Amino acid sequence: MSIRHGLLALLERGPRYGSQLRTEFESRTGSTWPLNVGQVYTTLSRLERDGMVAQGGEDAAGHALYAITDSGRTELRTWFGKPVDRTSPARDELAIKLAMAVGAPSVDIRDVIQSQRRHTVKAMQDYTRLKAQALVAVESGGARERDDVAWLLVLEQLIFQTEAEARWLDHCESRLIRLSATAANSGSGADAPAPATAPRAEEAAPAEAPKAADRQGTDASPPVAGAR
Amino acid sequence: MSAQQPVLQLQNLTRVHGAGATEVHALRGIDLAVYPGELVAVMGPSGSGKSTLLTIAGGLDTPTSGRVIVEDTDITAASVKELAALRRRSIGYVFQDYNLIPALTAAENVALPRELDGTSARKARVEALKALEEMGLGHLADRFPDEMSGGQQQRVAIARALVGDRRLVLADEPTGALDSETGESVLALLRSRCDAGAAGVLVTHEPRFAAWADRVVFLRDGAIVDQTVRSEADSLLSGQVAEA
Repeated sequence: MSIRHGLLALLERGPRYGSQLRTEFESRTGSTWPLNVGQVYTTLSRLERDGMVAQGGEDAAGHALYAITDSGRTELRTWFGKPVDRTSPARDELAIKLAMAVGAPSVDIRDVIQSQRRHTVKAMQDYTRLKAQALVAVESGGARERDDVAWLLVLEQLIFQTEAEARWLDHCESRLIRLSATAANSGSGADAPAPATAPRAEEAAPAEAPKAADRQGTDASPPVAGAR
Repeated sequence: MSAQQPVLQLQNLTRVHGAGATEVHALRGIDLAVYPGELVAVMGPSGSGKSTLLTIAGGLDTPTSGRVIVEDTDITAASVKELAALRRRSIGYVFQDYNLIPALTAAENVALPRELDGTSARKARVEALKALEEMGLGHLADRFPDEMSGGQQQRVAIARALVGDRRLVLADEPTGALDSETGESVLALLRSRCDAGAAGVLVTHEPRFAAWADRVVFLRDGAIVDQTVRSEADSLLSGQVAEA
């Protein structure tokens, strides 16, 4: 996560002091990624070292103010203009866990999937309730409207990510059921990657994760939930 | 919440289709209670029994064994007449295949269940217009189904399900034919209906729509295998730090 560019973006609107930057960063992102003041000052001093911000006086209460420099502005333009890299995905613990669970002795992969699904759907419920609140705030307008819109966007990103993960889990489960049914039908059940308790395979709803299915085979990188 | 009487109780519900070699156990011992103010989503793969659960909860199908209690009435033991009255007064349906009557306008479609229940035509129309207004469909009141888009028709069907003073709302994939924004507004409406005191059961395979519920129940092979427990609003996201 780029604290560095987040701070530059806030400073472009005018000089600010450290704890003020922290507060504004958190109200934009609804404290989804809390910052401590130490991180803010560490980042500011690196930005200062790199010539992207400069200290410039104090406010009435004696807080040291930081201002963005021309090279800071250039850096910020470059950041907004450049896509965030998705081609070398970060390690995803869930993808690794499922990969390891395939064929692992003494692990029921469907239990692994269900326990994750419960957790993921629960997270979506929580985000959705926050989203409903944020929608009310945005619709009522007011002085904090820009912050409310920013927070809504962040929440919706969390919802889309968890949704992708829940769909991927459905997809994994129905694929495993299909594979184990195929293996059972061809009499080579020993190779089945899923437990033999699989129910009626024809009802395992392949249509429930079309997006995940579309991604199969079109991308050499491992399936990483939420990487859209 | 738990101090209140549930609006809907399903007790050890089973449903078997067919017999002998072709016997299918659609539901295997379902227990579920839904309280006033609560929206419960039922998720599960196709064939897991979601829709069977809903049709039995609404008295449209009868269980092989077990009980369905709506408010104080055991509908599995009710007479045909009692059941019909209960379905008109207490249970609102939002089904995937909503069937608006083509010869009636939107307002007339919405007013119909109230008129059938003995409300005067004039009062039923006032209630229908109010329900349509609440859904942002007031301008469609005098249109016929074939003069509306699919999404509009579906929303009118939802207004019909919610008209009057229903305490139990049963929705089977209500967002199936809607784009995601319209679908969200339908869920927001169901949510607000439950916040106002109704009990709701929503069957869906879309996690994004299930996420509007207070509780999500996971069904597999006719049995409840898992469910989420709601958390308090003020604890949301606190102390939760995503990986930097």
